[in-house]
Amino acid sequence: MGELIPLLLQGAWITIQVTFFGSILAVAAAILAALGRLSNWRPLRWFCVAYIELFRGTSLLVQLFWLFFVLPLPPFNIELSAYTVAIVGLGLHIGAYGAEVMRGAISSVGKGQYEASIALNMPARTRFRRIILPQALLAAIAPGTNLLIELLKNTSLVSLITLSDLSFRARQLDQATFQTLEIFSLALVMYFVLAQVINFTMRGFERRLSRGRLRGGLS
Amino acid sequence: MNLWDWNYVWQILPDLLRASLNTLGITLVGFMIAIVLGLFLAIGRRSRKVWLSWPTTLLIEFIRSTPLLIQVYFLYYVLPNYGVSLTAMQAGILGIGLHYACYIAEVYRGGLDSVARSQWEAVIALNFAPWTAYRAIILPQAIRPILPPLGNYLIAMLKDTPVLSAITVVEIMQQAKNAGSESFRYLEPITLVGLFFLALSVALAYLVRRLEVRLELR
Repeated sequence: MGELIPLLLQGAWITIQVTFFGSILAVAAAILAALGRLSNWRPLRWFCVAYIELFRGTSLLVQLFWLFFVLPLPPFNIELSAYTVAIVGLGLHIGAYGAEVMRGAISSVGKGQYEASIALNMPARTRFRRIILPQALLAAIAPGTNLLIELLKNTSLVSLITLSDLSFRARQLDQATFQTLEIFSLALVMYFVLAQVINFTMRGFERRLSRGRLRGGLS
Repeated sequence: MNLWDWNYVWQILPDLLRASLNTLGITLVGFMIAIVLGLFLAIGRRSRKVWLSWPTTLLIEFIRSTPLLIQVYFLYYVLPNYGVSLTAMQAGILGIGLHYACYIAEVYRGGLDSVARSQWEAVIALNFAPWTAYRAIILPQAIRPILPPLGNYLIAMLKDTPVLSAITVVEIMQQAKNAGSESFRYLEPITLVGLFFLALSVALAYLVRRLEVRLELR
């Protein structure tokens, strides 16, 4: 069993990278799509609704396969590495779910906050950056944590487009050594530990964001 | 080469439709496993007996935070070494049912918590046996608010069935991969599979919203 762990950890390192870069893309996509959906400019709103519904409605594996197997062929001729497809696919997929979370969080910010920043003659961009976004992010953290854990779990699917992440390594080692029980148990435990790391990190993040706020919040 | 080859679409469509029946069957059977098993898990988690509630909580949290793919590998590749041989289809249905049972257990827990405290006190005061209390008093009241979230998990489950193609279950995604690898044209089969999931999940999501309105939960 001792020789299995370093090999699985190599895979876990890929899983961590994909999760990390995927979640940065997902957060960015979620905020932009949520803002676009709330915008007054119709084409932008429709585009964001189409993005959200398309990525929520079709299955993640279908999206990964589309990006990996269909894009390199004519008429598209866009060849992306499995690593890029993994980050882009997972980021956009979870971003679409995150957009709905962010939309809820942005509309949960009290009306008084908007009125106060207008009364203080704050430009729209500053209002969003300094007043609305910090409060919306705080409200989005709990559902966002669940989505990040979904992202981590979904990284296992990138093994099916040949990226050698933790799941890929587990399957490969299983075929080579037949120590089936040990390998898959170790892989499950590693995913579980990574999920707990996300949990603790996000909880710490929540504490930092809520520092200095009145208990019960302003609204 | 055409951008979109209709002849090819008509050629692969019958096989895809046949495989889509498997997708629907897996989803429905898996969902039934999940709603039954989920109820037992939810009741187990709420039990006052620590030897029951503690392992159930751990099991639910563990399954919820690890990938379905590895769980399915576990059922399909590990169990045969211990005398339990499942076909790919059985392992797939069991895996997806077990995975979602743990999500649905949390939905039930929310539903049970939503039943007013006085109802729980009343069944204790009337000296109901726990089984009778759940069946006659608590569950009928807990069911209404949980129907829409159950519907949402049905949709999520449908969209997770392509994972089972990894253990060679011939559902719609596996069929599309087969078609693509024979002809080296992936655009049509994979796009069709995407459209299949999009159409079904949009339709189901609409029904869930109607149900919410109907039950006056909004």
